[in-house]
Amino acid sequence: MSNIATLKIWRGADRAHGSWQTFEVPFEPGQSVLDGLRWLRINKDPSLAIRFSCINANACKECMIRVDGETVYACTTRLEPREMTLTPLPNKQLVRDLVTEIAPPSERFGT
Amino acid sequence: MPLESIKIETDVLVIGSGAAGMYAAIEAERRGARVLIADRSLIGRSGATVMAQMTVAVALGEEVPDDWHVHYSDTIAAGRGLCDARLAQLLCQDASECIREMDHWGVGWARKDGHISQAVAPGHDRPRCVYVDFLNTGPAVSKTLRTVMARNPRIRKAGDLCIVDLVTSDGEVSGAVAYHLESGTAVTIAAKATVLATGGLTRLYRRNSASANMGGDGYALALRAGAPLIDMEFPQFFPIGHLAPRLIGMDPIMWDPFRYKLGGRLLNGQMEEFTSRYGSSEDGKYVLTRDLATYAIFKEVEAGRGSPHGGAYLSFQHCSEPALREAFGPVIDRLAANRIDLTRMPVEVAPIAHYHMGGVPADARMTTEVPGLLAAGEVVGGANGANRLSGNAITEALVFGRRAGRTAAESIKSTQKFRARDARAALELVGADAPDGTNTAAMVARLQSIMADDVGPFRTDAKLRRALAGITALTEELGDRPPGRAVPFNLQRLEWFDLRNMLLVARAVAETALRRTESRGAHQREDFPTTLPHWQAHQRVVLAGDTLKISGAPTTAGALVS
Repeated sequence: MSNIATLKIWRGADRAHGSWQTFEVPFEPGQSVLDGLRWLRINKDPSLAIRFSCINANACKECMIRVDGETVYACTTRLEPREMTLTPLPNKQLVRDLVTEIAPPSERFGT
Repeated sequence: MPLESIKIETDVLVIGSGAAGMYAAIEAERRGARVLIADRSLIGRSGATVMAQMTVAVALGEEVPDDWHVHYSDTIAAGRGLCDARLAQLLCQDASECIREMDHWGVGWARKDGHISQAVAPGHDRPRCVYVDFLNTGPAVSKTLRTVMARNPRIRKAGDLCIVDLVTSDGEVSGAVAYHLESGTAVTIAAKATVLATGGLTRLYRRNSASANMGGDGYALALRAGAPLIDMEFPQFFPIGHLAPRLIGMDPIMWDPFRYKLGGRLLNGQMEEFTSRYGSSEDGKYVLTRDLATYAIFKEVEAGRGSPHGGAYLSFQHCSEPALREAFGPVIDRLAANRIDLTRMPVEVAPIAHYHMGGVPADARMTTEVPGLLAAGEVVGGANGANRLSGNAITEALVFGRRAGRTAAESIKSTQKFRARDARAALELVGADAPDGTNTAAMVARLQSIMADDVGPFRTDAKLRRALAGITALTEELGDRPPGRAVPFNLQRLEWFDLRNMLLVARAVAETALRRTESRGAHQREDFPTTLPHWQAHQRVVLAGDTLKISGAPTTAGALVS
């Protein structure tokens, strides 16, 4: 079994002008996609925008993204030793990269 | 060039939306104040509260007769001589009102035979700890308070709003400078009273049990606003944080409720019970306080008798499948998805950074030594001395939050002290830019390694000096301007502001630990292993220029205020 997970990630601040970037991250059985994204920020590209708070407890529910077209929490989705496609939620306002506006309007600044 | 900023004016600014911050906001509003509650993450979803799967200590007397004085005695005993008696009293005395109000708001405390269930936790003399099934205490507390706030449009809620500095006007806190993470916009907030409810500092450590945003912001904000900190050498390690096998979708402190309900056996790498070697037998029950259990596990690992990943085994193999299901229902399926069958295998556990006893000193009205600044919850120092009793964290968040909200609301008749010129320096920092090259994510990881390796629960002079040298090097590397530009969701800039706080707070922890040449509660010096009577005193830290000044302070332990 390969010990590399390949993350193909949508990057950008405007849905019409995004780009794809592909990163290889070391894979260890039992890891989550969020583990891979955190490793990537520390070791490859700290400019990647992701939203998470509680790390791996699935308590904050902030790390909702799409993996291979399915809406999931990055912290409870297993990292796999293959190419995985990561995109921001399609039905929420895009902020940047994998981050979207997921808070209810009454809890947002400025509304 | 300072950025154009959005200007906001409110009576009460609450910083942080864990249990303490939300309760403060609710209480201040119902006493007539206009409230703005700001969180650097999403409202009600970050911080430590939402991660607390464990229990809440309160002398309700639902399970067996109880009295707050007894809860108070247990709190003082656990604190190893350093509890601030007034705060410990407030915590224990006001707990039932807050717990009952939470019940009224529908938190759903677990019940049996028509009464609220109360479990025994280590350090308590009787069943006293309420909880929400299954492993749902913190999420339920957060959700309940968030729902109460959501019904109330007079509480203005601002997620993704990062407070950079408090603003002081003539020595009084008059508001804050912030920026909105989602847009990068600078914000100034004028407030008559400001409540710090930012939680603790567990993010300073590699393995920790709280959210990624608990980097000690409030301690740094307080220091720079002129407030002192006390007891900074006492971060608490939770002894049985999950270590292996790898788990996803679970909180690393999940084994605590398992032990409340099922006991469980703590075993070394050779499958022997070992806590009696350190003078404290467990006998299949969950009785050992956190400092003693942490000590026993570390010493066993050091002696070469640890589990494969460097901790201890925790076994529930004595429990049947039906017993496990009755106690934890769907959690057993989540464990199965992680390939863990507790009837057949032990798990590995090890101490994990969990809570901070130290912080901003406050009186029983939650006012600090700086006018206009209040504190609530974990950011407050003193209530729990050198070792917090199990179950007191959510209790203090609720009790101190409510009390801070009440006091803050008294400010509504006063006038705003905020002047634009007092916010200028912080606004310039928010608007500053610098070359983009800094790998802030890696710097956070390096700081976490320094703290875990050299400022963990077991310290020596040499390790602490090495840590301080590492902290100094990182501080120099960080520089005085945030990298990149204020564009939407720039995590490197956020991490730069985080590191500015984390490095200051890490220094406060390491310097006070170096100076305390004894062992007490969560602070264990391998080169000074005994507890010394003359060290039954708080150390107090203030910021003078770029230097931390540390002095002793007399303790008020043991004196019950009537």
